[in-house]
Amino acid sequence: MSGKPDTNYRSPLARARNLGSARSGVQSWWMQRVSAVALVVLMLWLVMSATFFLSTSHAAVTEWLSQPYNAVGIILFVVSMFYHAWLGVREIIEDYIHHKMLKVLSLIALQFVCFASGAAGVFAVLKIAFGG
Amino acid sequence: MNNAKRPLSPHLQVYRPQLSSVSSILHRITGAFLVVGGVVFVWWLMAAATGPEAFARANSCLTSTFGQIVLFGWVWAGFYHLVNGIRHLIWDTGQGYGKDESNRSARIVIGGSVLLTLSFWLIMTGQG
Repeated sequence: MSGKPDTNYRSPLARARNLGSARSGVQSWWMQRVSAVALVVLMLWLVMSATFFLSTSHAAVTEWLSQPYNAVGIILFVVSMFYHAWLGVREIIEDYIHHKMLKVLSLIALQFVCFASGAAGVFAVLKIAFGG
Repeated sequence: MNNAKRPLSPHLQVYRPQLSSVSSILHRITGAFLVVGGVVFVWWLMAAATGPEAFARANSCLTSTFGQIVLFGWVWAGFYHLVNGIRHLIWDTGQGYGKDESNRSARIVIGGSVLLTLSFWLIMTGQG
């Protein structure tokens, strides 16, 4: 098998320190766009439903959320929103926080907030929809 | 790595704000602000799931003067981020990069977001 010479122009020390390109990131870029498109649709739906949904009447809100399509819509909205938020705020942290430990802790905290909020949102909708 | 603290040329201190840069940083700022709004939205859903008393307490916070001001901010931030987000998605297709085009779309985003915010707010508060 004729082998291509394995040319790597990085110095050994640079390779050991894992310097250079991260070599991944297109997936994050693409999923940000996909979640954005989903959110455009879901936001338009939410804005149009707002007069029924965003009420101070507990009965009105629970009745609206108990309807299957509304429940699924809000669940999709909450999940998409916190996924999009996670990707977006991650970039903000990477851009402005350079202290290594602070950056790591911030990224972890962000992930926990997004995941916990998503879980809480889904649970709340399901409880209202099934609880009756 | 760079261990010595080398000096940076001034940037934010000297560069005049442009429509392009301001609309761009506003997209980031509204996005971050909306994450807080998202958490509050989930808190409101959780209150609804807990029961009528918890829901009433949550609403008394949101209908207070301060709460209404912050909600108004979230509505504007939401519409700005939505419309500017569509502007970004159009850029992703390769269209609209020209200086005049993007300045015009920036004005549409700002004007549109204000219009949508006012309309939405008037409709929602008109319902009572």
